[in-house]
Amino acid sequence: MDLGLILAGGIASGTVLLFAAIGEIFAERAGILNLGVEGMMLMGAVAGFSTTLTTGNPWIGLVAAMTVGGLLALLHAVVTIHLRADQVVSGLALTFLGTGLARVLGEGLANTNVARLPAFTVPVLSNIPIVGPIVFRDQSVLVYVGFVLVPLAWFWIEGTRPGLHLRAVGEAPAAADAQGIGVYRLRYAYVVLGGVLAGLAGATITLAVAPGWFGDQTVNGRGWIAIGLVIFARWNPIRAAIGGYLFATITPFNLGLQGVDRILGFENPFLPGRSATFFLDMLPYLFVIAVVILGSRQAARRRIGAPAALGIPYVRGERGR
Amino acid sequence: MASTRLRLASVFAVAAIAVGACSSTPSAPAGSGAAGGNDCTAGAAKGGANLQIPDVVAGKFNVAMVLIGPHDDGGWSQAHYEGLQYLCQHLAGSHVAYIELVPEGADSEQVFRSLARKGFNFIIGTSFGYMDPMEKVAKDFPDATFLHLTGYKSNGKNFGNFFGAVEDFKFLAGQLAGSRAKKDGNPKIGYMATFPIPEEIRLGNAIARGVAVTCPECKIDVRFINTWHDPQKEREGAASLFDAGADVVFTGADTPAVADVAAEKGKWAVTYDHPSSCSKDSCLTAPYWIWGPEYTRIGQQVKDKKYTAGYEYFDADSKAMGLYGFMEGQTPQKGIQDLPQADVQNVKDTLAKMLAGQFGRFDVFAGPIKDNTGKELLPAGQKLKQSDLDQFPPGAPGSECSVCMYWWNQNITVPLPKLS
Repeated sequence: MDLGLILAGGIASGTVLLFAAIGEIFAERAGILNLGVEGMMLMGAVAGFSTTLTTGNPWIGLVAAMTVGGLLALLHAVVTIHLRADQVVSGLALTFLGTGLARVLGEGLANTNVARLPAFTVPVLSNIPIVGPIVFRDQSVLVYVGFVLVPLAWFWIEGTRPGLHLRAVGEAPAAADAQGIGVYRLRYAYVVLGGVLAGLAGATITLAVAPGWFGDQTVNGRGWIAIGLVIFARWNPIRAAIGGYLFATITPFNLGLQGVDRILGFENPFLPGRSATFFLDMLPYLFVIAVVILGSRQAARRRIGAPAALGIPYVRGERGR
Repeated sequence: MASTRLRLASVFAVAAIAVGACSSTPSAPAGSGAAGGNDCTAGAAKGGANLQIPDVVAGKFNVAMVLIGPHDDGGWSQAHYEGLQYLCQHLAGSHVAYIELVPEGADSEQVFRSLARKGFNFIIGTSFGYMDPMEKVAKDFPDATFLHLTGYKSNGKNFGNFFGAVEDFKFLAGQLAGSRAKKDGNPKIGYMATFPIPEEIRLGNAIARGVAVTCPECKIDVRFINTWHDPQKEREGAASLFDAGADVVFTGADTPAVADVAAEKGKWAVTYDHPSSCSKDSCLTAPYWIWGPEYTRIGQQVKDKKYTAGYEYFDADSKAMGLYGFMEGQTPQKGIQDLPQADVQNVKDTLAKMLAGQFGRFDVFAGPIKDNTGKELLPAGQKLKQSDLDQFPPGAPGSECSVCMYWWNQNITVPLPKLS
């Protein structure tokens, strides 16, 4: 078992979770919970794939994926911000809508191949011992985009004036409004940005790390894992990125372990048919369930630092908001 | 608040309509020729949250098929779907429908029950895990006929079993892979198995015995991925084997993902189930299925009330299987063309014998057989019995086995999976 290769693979597929989770962090920091990530990712995946198939240019596919993700998120924004509908219900409806539409639009796309986004090795950095070959060798261009996005997103939220406005809108929209910050405008902007990133996450699957269209198994629940990651990361992009890379490493690690007879002199408990294998497979999902339960408790939420106005529609002038 | 509720309701309605529209969209028949009198646009439905059971057409012979993956997966399910289309075109007065993405186990029981209740005459279930649910439902609906694959149960009345000796073709593909690995100077082969069941062990051993023909020094590594259909996990399983050094990786699962990974790593793959899975240059060959004629034959028997439910197991001479690149009208893949002529010729000769009925599964598993702990299971000159091929010890009642399919061939390097 070559740990380096496993980690390199984990970083590639973890990029999918990273984009989706950071998108969701933006939306939630603005106070809007969007459970439609799975649907937006699937639509992004199918839009990116089929656009690339017709145009032959994966970059156009990438733009299409981000546009479609953004448009779906705009729908959620109108329903929750303007019409003040329940954010949980609207998000779930968005997942159904996105999944169903993607399936119909993806009919006939299975078994087709498209050009994928380029992968390359970063010249100097890949020579760093141990880390270099894992992180900077033969990775897709989107993996490197992820590396850049994480600190940028973190700095934007925590260190800039627009980021301060974003946080204000998510923590105390009435106070932000009184300061002259456009609460509606910002919420729209960040929800749409979240959708754009979810679309990008979908296209990362179909155009970079696992090319091909396989119906709703293309995304296969990773939208939900991204939502769990947001809570786990306590709305911090850097922690979300680390979590994403870790999660994506579990399955390849588990499979790699099957090739090992003995660990530290003991019989390997992860060989096929042993229950420990199933335990490792189950971990990401177990984790999401635990985190979502934790995140749904009001008291716990406050303690782990959820945006105070998350899930609450803002109505100008209404008391107690 | 009332108006908010109203708006919410309308959003829901729109979403519901959109989702509903998806599941009732009939799918165009993929890759089928001109229909012979029947309307072969199969009624389609998808499993999952918004499951819809297709309708029967009165006065027709109604056939329903339950698929574990999507009907256009380029692998296992697509091969069955095309078999269903073939049946529709060749069996006069038939109407066909299918349900895709139906999970194995308890969920599928509901699907089979509903199909039988709707009045389907002939119901085909195409995955191992449908076996027990189908057995249960068949008991409650004696007028419907149930055909299951791949499993080992039958009630002798209206629930029969059916499968073919694809081990013949895995054996040939194993010879090609061994030849390839030897030529590349990297004597390691990978086998990505799905679940630890007799079928997957048998196919792994058939591959291993084929490899031993052309490359006695080759070793075989195995990963179990615990799924039949999960493109992402199939990718990761294949990558795991390539990363461990394999030159050629075989898949036991449904999709061509293994060939994609092989292309990325500059290695070789052997796909499975459907000829279209072997479209990439990285694919050496693919053992595949041609279900149409067999389904039509059994469908005709069911229609004429002459079907005897039992355990049917066909060999290569049934013409229901093929080896991609080696059948009539096909050319070998790129990775085959520079292999030693003697190896390829031997595969061609053995294939010809198989198709003529002179070489079958019992010849693939003829003694001497040695397992990977060094134990001799079968001396030279003897052959395994059918129950030795498809049963774990001690074997189901009525098909007790003496050797049983719970061993790895001597050139496989991993320990056996533990049975629960």
